[in-house]
Amino acid sequence: MSILSADNLTKNFGGLMAVGNLSFDLEKGEILALIGPNGAGKTTVFNCLSGFLTPDEGDVIFEGKLLGGLQPFQICQLGMARTFQIVKPFPTISVLDNVMVGALSREKSTAEAKNKSLEIIDFTGLSRMAAIEAQGLPLPLRKRLELARALATQPKVLLLDEVMAGLNPTEVDELIALLKKINRQGISILLIEHVMRGVMALSQRVIVISYGVKIAEGTPEEVVENKEVIEAYLGKEFLSAQGQ
Amino acid sequence: MTRFYLFLAIIFTALLLLPLFLDNYILGIFVMIFYWAYVGQTWNVLTGYTGHISLGHALYIGIGAYTTTYLALTFGLTPWIGMFFGGLIAAVIALFLGFLGFRFGLRGVYFVIMTIAFAEITRLIVSHIEALGSFTGIFLDFNPSFWNFQFRGNQPYYYISLGFMVASLIVVRLIETSKVGRFMVAIREDEEAAQALGVNTFKYNMIAIAISAFMTSLAGAFYANYIFYLHPNTLFGMSTSIDLILRPIVGGLGTLFGPVIGSFILTPLSEISRAYFAKGGLEGLHLILYGVLAILVVLFMPKGIIVYVKKLLSPILKSKIT
Amino acid sequence: MGGIYGLIALGLSLIFGVMGVINFAHGQMMVMAMYVSYWIFVLLGIDPYLSLVIVAAVIFVLGYVVQSALVNRILDYPEAIQVLPLVSLGLVLENCALLFWGPDHRSPQTALSLKTFWIGSVMIDVSRLIAFVLAIIITILIFMFLKKSNIGKCIRAAADNRTGAILVGINVDRINNTSFALGAATTAAAGVLLLPLMPVSPHIGHDFTLTAFIVVIMGGMGNLMGALVGGLILGIAESTSTLFLPATLKQVVSFSILIIIMLFRPQGLFGGKK
Repeated sequence: MSILSADNLTKNFGGLMAVGNLSFDLEKGEILALIGPNGAGKTTVFNCLSGFLTPDEGDVIFEGKLLGGLQPFQICQLGMARTFQIVKPFPTISVLDNVMVGALSREKSTAEAKNKSLEIIDFTGLSRMAAIEAQGLPLPLRKRLELARALATQPKVLLLDEVMAGLNPTEVDELIALLKKINRQGISILLIEHVMRGVMALSQRVIVISYGVKIAEGTPEEVVENKEVIEAYLGKEFLSAQGQ
Repeated sequence: MTRFYLFLAIIFTALLLLPLFLDNYILGIFVMIFYWAYVGQTWNVLTGYTGHISLGHALYIGIGAYTTTYLALTFGLTPWIGMFFGGLIAAVIALFLGFLGFRFGLRGVYFVIMTIAFAEITRLIVSHIEALGSFTGIFLDFNPSFWNFQFRGNQPYYYISLGFMVASLIVVRLIETSKVGRFMVAIREDEEAAQALGVNTFKYNMIAIAISAFMTSLAGAFYANYIFYLHPNTLFGMSTSIDLILRPIVGGLGTLFGPVIGSFILTPLSEISRAYFAKGGLEGLHLILYGVLAILVVLFMPKGIIVYVKKLLSPILKSKIT
Repeated sequence: MGGIYGLIALGLSLIFGVMGVINFAHGQMMVMAMYVSYWIFVLLGIDPYLSLVIVAAVIFVLGYVVQSALVNRILDYPEAIQVLPLVSLGLVLENCALLFWGPDHRSPQTALSLKTFWIGSVMIDVSRLIAFVLAIIITILIFMFLKKSNIGKCIRAAADNRTGAILVGINVDRINNTSFALGAATTAAAGVLLLPLMPVSPHIGHDFTLTAFIVVIMGGMGNLMGALVGGLILGIAESTSTLFLPATLKQVVSFSILIIIMLFRPQGLFGGKK
C-alpha cells in the first residue's frame, strides 16, 4: 500500500528542467532511497513533496489524498516531515527547546510536549546535550537534532536529505542503526543519500535519477549493476573502458 | 529558582516603597524609566522574540495617544477604556502591515523599511488633520481625576507606570513559556525550519505583531495623559522609534529583563544629561552621549548588558539563572 | 532634484552592494558635507561647486574612518544589531551639527543662487540645472571608475562574491573601507549640489536617508544604474505630486511608491535575480 506517491512530477527553473515526469511510490513501512549524481534534482523533488516548491506539472499524493498547493507546515501536520541537506537548527536555543518546537505541533500542552521531547531526545541518543545550545553542537549531533525534531512531529513519512553527509564511518553506522529503529516503529522513510554504505544497508528499494529523470528502479543490488546508473555517475568513457 | 523570585520580590517591594522617600522630580525620572521599559518590552515581543525588526514602532504609541485623546475630547470617554480602543486600532493597523509584510515575504531590511514607511506616512497624514491638531499638536487640559487618567504630582503616575512595566513582564513571561512564544522564537531562529516542523509561521507572525502593537499603544495613552502635549513628530517620529529600541538592545534583545535593565541604565542617563546639558546651553550633547554609548554597547556587548548582569548576580543567588 | 536623489542613492547602493550594510547614517553624512561646504564658502569664499572635490575628499576620509572603526566590526552581526550603531551614528552626527552650529537654517548666497532662465514657458532654476548636470557627470565618472580602474574592479568583485574576492587575494577590508568612503563621498557630493537649493540645518539628514532608501529599493538593491534612474523617477514623481497635493505630503507619495514596489517587485525596477 503506497503511502506517498509522486505522479508525473515536473519542475522547471527558468528554461531548465530540474525534475521531469518523475513518478514513484513509497510503500508503507518501506525505506526507499533516492540517489543520483549531484545536481540531479533530488532536493528539488523533496521540496516539491514537502510543499516548499510547487511543481509545474504532476501531483503529490499522501495517504491517498492530493497535496496540491498545501503549505509546508500543513504537510507536516498531515504527517510528512523532512530534514534539510544543510542542517537548520534553531541556533541560540537548547536542544530540548529545539525538539519541543516539533513536539508542540502535535501536543496541546507544553508539559506534554516536554515529556515527548525528552523521550525522543533519549531515543536519538541526545540526552546528555539536552540543555546545550544548538549552535554549540558538532555536525553529527546537529544531524541527530534535525532528525529528533522531525520525529517530534510524529510523522508517518520521513524525508531525509543527505542525513549522512559529512559523517565518519562510525557515525554512519550509528545513524543506520537509529534509522532502522525508527523504521521498525512503522515510519516510512524516503532518503536522499550519497553515502552508499547507508543506501545498501537501509533501503529495500532504490530509485536513481539523473538530470531530473528516473533512470533506474529496483533493489540496491540491481541498481548498482545497472549500466545506465553507472554511466550517469561515471560517464560513458568509464563504460567503454570497461568494454561495455 | 525560588531564590530568584525572592530577589525579584525584594526589588519590587523596594520600588513600591520608593515614592515615600523621593522627591517629585526623581519620581518623574522613575516614571520614565518604567515607561520606556514597558515600551521597549512591547517592541521586544515583535523584534526580540519573533525576529522582525521594527523601526516604526512609534506608530503604535501615536495611535494609542491620539485615539484616547480624541475619544476623551470628543466623547468624554475615560482613557482607561479609550486605551483599549486605541489598542484595537493599533492591532488592526499592525495586522495590515503584517499582512503586507508577511504575505509578500518581506524580510530583513525590507520589513524594517516597511515599518518606517508606515510610521512616516501616518505622521505626515496626521500632521494634516485638523481634528487631530495638525501641525501645532494638541494640548490637553489638566483636569486631574481618576476618570480622566490625570493626576496631581508624579506619585500616581509612578505606580501606574510601574504597574504597566510589571504587567508587561508577566505577560511576556507567559508568552515566553507558552506554545505561542516558542513558535515565535522558532520563527526568529529559522523561519523555514519552523515551517518544516509544522508551525504556521504566517499566523504566528500576525499574532506577534498584533500583540506587540496592542501593548505598545497602551503606552501612548499613558504618555498623552502624562505629558499633556501631542505632536505627530514626537509621537510618530523616527526619533521616538529609535529611542524605544535602544533600551532593549542595550539591555538584551529577546530577553525578559533586557528592556528593564536597558531602561534603568539609559533613561536616567538621558533625563539627567538632557536637563544638565540643556541648561548649560549645550543642546544635543546628551543625544551624542546616548548615541556613542549605544554604539559602544553594540560593539562590545552585542548580546546586551544582561549577560553581565546575570554573571554578576549568579553567585549572589547561588543558582544559575535561566 | 532627481539627479541629486540619484547620487545619494548611488552612494547608499554602493555601500549595500559591497558590504550588505544599510547605512542609516547616510543622510547625516550628507548634511555634514553640506556644512563643510557652507563653512568653506563662508570662511574662504570658495563657491560650493568649486569646493565640491575638497568636500568630497573630507567626507571620504570621514567615511573611511567610520567604516574601519565601526562598520567593519559589525559586518557579521545579525541585521537587527547592525541597524543600531549606524542609526546611533546618525544621531551623533546630527547632534554634533546641532551642537557646533546651532539649529538655524543656513544657506550660502552664491553668485548663482537666484538666477533663473526660461525655456519656452518653463522657468528653470540655474542651480537646479547645474545640480542635475553635475550629478549626471559625477555618476558617469563613478561608473567609469568602477569599470575601468583596478580598485573599481576589486570593489565590484567584492560586491559580487566576498569569499571569492578574498580567495583571489583582494584585501577585502581595504575594499570595504574604500567602498564605504566612496559611498559617503558620493553622498557628500550630492549634499554640495544640494546646498544652493536648500538651506542646511541639523535635522534634515534623516529625511534624505529615507529618500535614499526609497530610491535604492526602487532601482534595485546594489544595482547602481538603477539607483540613478530611480532617483530621477522619484524626483519627477515628487515634483508632479506637488501639483495636486500640499507639498508637505509629498513624502507620502514617495513612501507609498516604496511600499508598492516592495510588495510587487522587491528586486526593484532594474534589479536582477539575487
